[in-house]
Parts: sequence; structure tokens; C-alpha cells
Amino acid sequence: MADAALARQDTQAAPLLQVRGLAKYFDVSPPFITRALQGGGRSILRAVDGIDFEIARGKTFSLVGESGCGKSTVARLVVGLYTPTKGQVEFDGVNIANLTSRKAMEPVRKRMQMIFQDPYASLNPRWRVVDIIAEPIRTHRLIEDNRAVLRRVGELLEQVRLSPRDGEKFPHEFSGGQRQRISIARALASNPEFLVCDEPTSALDVSVQAQILNLMKDLQRELGLTYLFISHDLAVVYHISDYVGVMYLGRLVEWAPARQLFHKPQHPYTRMLLDAIPDLEMTGRPRQAVAGEVPSPISPPSGCHFHPRCPFANERCRTETPKPIGLPMGQVACHAVEEGRMPERVRA
Amino acid sequence: MANRKNRALLEVRNLRIEFPTRRGTLVAVDGVSFDIDEGEVLGVVGESGAGKSLTGASIIGLLEPPGRISDGEIYLDGRRIDNLPYEEMRRIRGHEIGMVFQDPLTSLNPLYTVGRQLTETIQTHTDLSEQAARKRAMELLGEVGIPSPKVRIDQYPHQFSGGMRQRVVIALALCVNPRLIIADEPTTALDVSIQAQIITLLKRLCREHGAAVMLITHDMGVIAETANRVAVMYAGRLAEIGPVDEVIKRAKHPYTHGLMGSIPKVGYDAKRLVQIEGSMPRLTEIPTGCAFNPRCPKVFARCSTDRPDLISVERSEVACWLYDNMMERTGSDG
Repeated sequence: MADAALARQDTQAAPLLQVRGLAKYFDVSPPFITRALQGGGRSILRAVDGIDFEIARGKTFSLVGESGCGKSTVARLVVGLYTPTKGQVEFDGVNIANLTSRKAMEPVRKRMQMIFQDPYASLNPRWRVVDIIAEPIRTHRLIEDNRAVLRRVGELLEQVRLSPRDGEKFPHEFSGGQRQRISIARALASNPEFLVCDEPTSALDVSVQAQILNLMKDLQRELGLTYLFISHDLAVVYHISDYVGVMYLGRLVEWAPARQLFHKPQHPYTRMLLDAIPDLEMTGRPRQAVAGEVPSPISPPSGCHFHPRCPFANERCRTETPKPIGLPMGQVACHAVEEGRMPERVRA
Repeated sequence: MANRKNRALLEVRNLRIEFPTRRGTLVAVDGVSFDIDEGEVLGVVGESGAGKSLTGASIIGLLEPPGRISDGEIYLDGRRIDNLPYEEMRRIRGHEIGMVFQDPLTSLNPLYTVGRQLTETIQTHTDLSEQAARKRAMELLGEVGIPSPKVRIDQYPHQFSGGMRQRVVIALALCVNPRLIIADEPTTALDVSIQAQIITLLKRLCREHGAAVMLITHDMGVIAETANRVAVMYAGRLAEIGPVDEVIKRAKHPYTHGLMGSIPKVGYDAKRLVQIEGSMPRLTEIPTGCAFNPRCPKVFARCSTDRPDLISVERSEVACWLYDNMMERTGSDG
């Protein structure tokens, strides 16, 4: 495994995943007959509305944002569970948005895997753990000999710090944290390079979350994995990420190296999110309450989507969609930052 | 009656909650005692299955059968409330104790307007007329920060967003000025930015109404900025209870210590998080002695045989034999 990690480091120059102008629209209009009778046109939900980012090999890129901002849709687009309305998803030089047939998709499929949020829903309760983990191996015909498959499953269980004997059990015999380990073992079964993790720890208790996060970091080091990590928990994101992107109503408002984003946030929405984190150190001190809520993504505000909640909004923000501008590292899409009228951030 | 003034608003003494099952009796909460003073916020933390919510439910008399209080007493303002008949408890509930649940969608009736649910609650507990109750409902909606209450009062729960719904639930809990509010994970279903709004609101209302709050959550961050004191629960027992800054910054119990270390923090660069090995025991397999002993890094012989009681250490109380030894040592030294 160490050789594989080394070999992957050689090709570090080109990013493993490159996303350009990615968009996914959902048609949520009422049925045709209702529209014909009651009038009113189609309504389109722009879940993801033109985003760009890239992930270097062996790194972790996280997407954060409030519920309904499109994070999970991006995850599903990237692994090919949705076909994009527009834009490209380039995985190791291949644009998977064009791969429409199952057959064309197959060689890419086993190189990327997904870990889901709810370990109670993502494991088949009627299957033994050994069959759950062996499924990707059997589907992709990676190992033909059944005894070798079982040996490999044993290795995988050990890799996620479970015992090979646990393979004989059913999912209900495990706790939430152990189930999430089983999901990780299943994801690793096809030797993927790239894992998409959609809120892998939000259903878990903090002490169990710590075990899973530590495990994910160890596995990344051992196997040279690349992660796309989706979360709404900023502290978890700070801990695990190399790069962080902040999403708001289907758009990526800012992305930057994790440390830079947390210490020098540029976009007013990023600042707002950071101010809203409860802080263990500030016992008894009031936290900055944020005004307003996320508007409906079906009819988002004009111009910059964030302007109704933004303290720095002006006429231009209300009418013109901001274009991403480059930072020394990363990008931000904000008129106020571009025009230099953002005040220095004062930490409460 | 003479010492009534010195008593805390809520006193829980030696609470024990059992679930009889075919394979024997499960003890879900075991010997839990604590007080909450007027105007005080007590945070209760612990992992899922630690018994936090059951403790809250037993205080308000909403323990679901077959769960039952098998031992211990609960006093509200000096009056014993754990053995009251149903009707009498119903009057206390809502009138003196309010409750805010985790999921605002399930605690509101989707078929009735928000206004009807509020006025009904108000009229159940006071003798206000329909019109006066409606006026009070509108005031309450305004108080919890819902814009244009005149319009909103006639809308249904599905027309409200998650944060706004939780405000309505808080308004429901506040209807009759309860003296104690039990908030069970009030912000867990909400986004961070909305969470901050709800916490600020809850704090302000408690200050203004002088109500005591029992805040049940697994989010240490929420506790840190809201609570005055914290109780840490593990496997149905109290591990540690004390002032919030003491427990967070100088955790005494090895479990609290591990719990604090396992929380990722922004701005704190750690290669690895502190990890408590294993997981909380199932109720059928609670070890003898201290329930934490199989996972404890500082375990010694006595931990697996005797169960520790709460001992005062500095400003906190801790159920851990480490501190018993320490006291003996300092005692013999001095």
C-alpha cells in the first residue's frame, strides 16, 4: 500500500478532480394540467448554479453551508449519481459528465466511492457485514476466488479497526460508530483513490465522531486518498480539511486553504458563519446573532443571493451577480471585497 | 415552611428510572440528584443513551410506559411532583413547567393554525376569554421575534421555516409563564446561524421571565455560552456536575476530560483528536463499580468493584475514585 501512496505522489501536479461551471437544475413545477388550469409557468430550482473548484491528489476539500445550499447535490454530481445540467466534472482527465452509459462509467466508478450520512440507512439490514463489504469487489469482479474475497474483507475490517470475525454479524449488532466504520470498509473495498463523504459524522456522538475523524485521517495518510468532505459543522471542517469552499444557495461564494479561510475570511457570509459558531472559550458571552434566514432557492434574491442578509450590500449587489475574483490562494465572489469596501474583521 | 426560601426551585433526589423487559429490568437512569435554582440554566450533556432526555421527561411527567420512576423524589418549589395523579400533573405541566422539544415539526399540530394552538394552550391554563387569549398569543409571537405576528398567527406550521417553527414552540412553552422550562435539544435540528438566534432568544426570555431552564443537549458549544452549571451524564449516572467554566476548562472526571478533547475546535490545530476507546455500554451490560471503568485511561482496582458517589472537588462534584484517594492523601498530609 505504501508503494501506491508513493506512486500517487509523483503525479501530484495535476488535480485529481476538476469541476468547471457545474450546474444542476431541478424542475419542480406543478403538473402540466395544474399549470394549464391555474396558469403560472414552470419553476426551476437551481440547486447548484455554476461552481468551479479543484481538488489536488491526497488532499481534502470540504464544502460547508446551511441546509439547502446544494452541498449534497454537488457530492452526488461528482460521483455521477446525477447528470449535470451544465458544466464539467473532470476526474483524472476524464470528463464524467459525458459518460452517459453504465459501461463507459464503470472504469471510473470503482476509483471513486461515497460514504453517506446515516449509517442506519446505508447498510442493508438483511445482509451480513461480510457480504456488504464484499459487494463492490464482486460487482466489479476485482477478485474472482471466493476465499480471496473473504480474506480481503478481513483485511478491510482490520483496516477500519474492527475484527475480521465481525463479518459474520448483521448491521443491527453494531453501534452507530461501528456501522460508519463498516461503510468506510465498503467504500475502500474497490481500492478507490477518491472518497466523497457526505456528512459522515453528523449522526454520531462527539466521542465517536472523534474516532471516525481520526480513522479517516489515518486512512488518508496510509492509502493516499483524496476526500471531498461535505459538512455543516465548521469545527469538523477546520480539523479535517486542506481546502474549504463555502456554498450559499447553489453558488460557491468563497474557497481558500482551510487556515486562511478561518483566519482571514473574505466573504461576508463566511464571516457570518464563523461568528455563529458556539465557542467553548466564551462561556457566558453572547454570540453574534445573525439576522434573517436562507431564502427559498426556487426564487433566490437577484444579484448576489446573499444581499438581503448582508450588512455591506449596495445597489450593485442587488442587481449584478458577483464574479469570482482570485485571492493569493483561493477565490471569493463579492462586490464589496472587489471594491475594497469591506472593513477589517473584528473578532467578537 | 421556614426553610422554604433556601430550597432550590427544582430538586431531583436519587432518581432511578427502570424499564421492565422480558429479559430483566433495565436501569436507564440510576441515582441521579441535582438542583436548579430560580433563573438558573443547568446544561445536561452526554452521549445518546446516557439518560438525559429520560431525566427531563420524568420531571415533566411524560415518561413513556413501560418506563417508570422506581425510586427517588422530584420536588418543584418544595412540593413533591413525581407521584401526583394524572390530572394534577397535567395542571403543573404547561402551568409551571414548559417544554421545548428537539423537532419543531413534530411538536406542532400540522392541521391547526399556530394561533389556534397558542390560544388553546393559554385558555387551558388561564381563564382568559377567547379574544384576550388571542391578543396574548400575538404578544407572545412578537416576543419570540416572529415578524408581523398579526399575519403569522393565522398561518399553519408548514408555512414557517425551521427556525421560525422553533420560535413558535418556545412561545407555546412560555404561554403561561412557567417557572421551569425543560428544553430537550432545542437547536439540534437547526443550522448554525439559526441556532445562534434561538439560543440568544432562549437566554433573553429566561432572564426576563426569571424562569429556570434545564437545557438538554449533546452540543458542548451551546452549553458553554448558555448554561450556568453543567451536569455530565454517562450510562444513566451523573459523572460530574459543576459551574460551566470549571467543567469545561478544568474537567475532573476522565470521561468529561475525554469528551472535551474529542470536540474539534476552530483555530486549534491538532493532528489527532483525543479519542475515548470503545463506546458507551448497553443498558444490559453496565459494568460493576464505575460505569466508565472499561474505557477509563486512569482505571485502578477499586473502580471495577465499588461504585463512586459524587464527591466535592474544588467547585465541582465528581463521581470518581481518583479524587477520593486524593482527599485521603491531602488529609493525611495535613
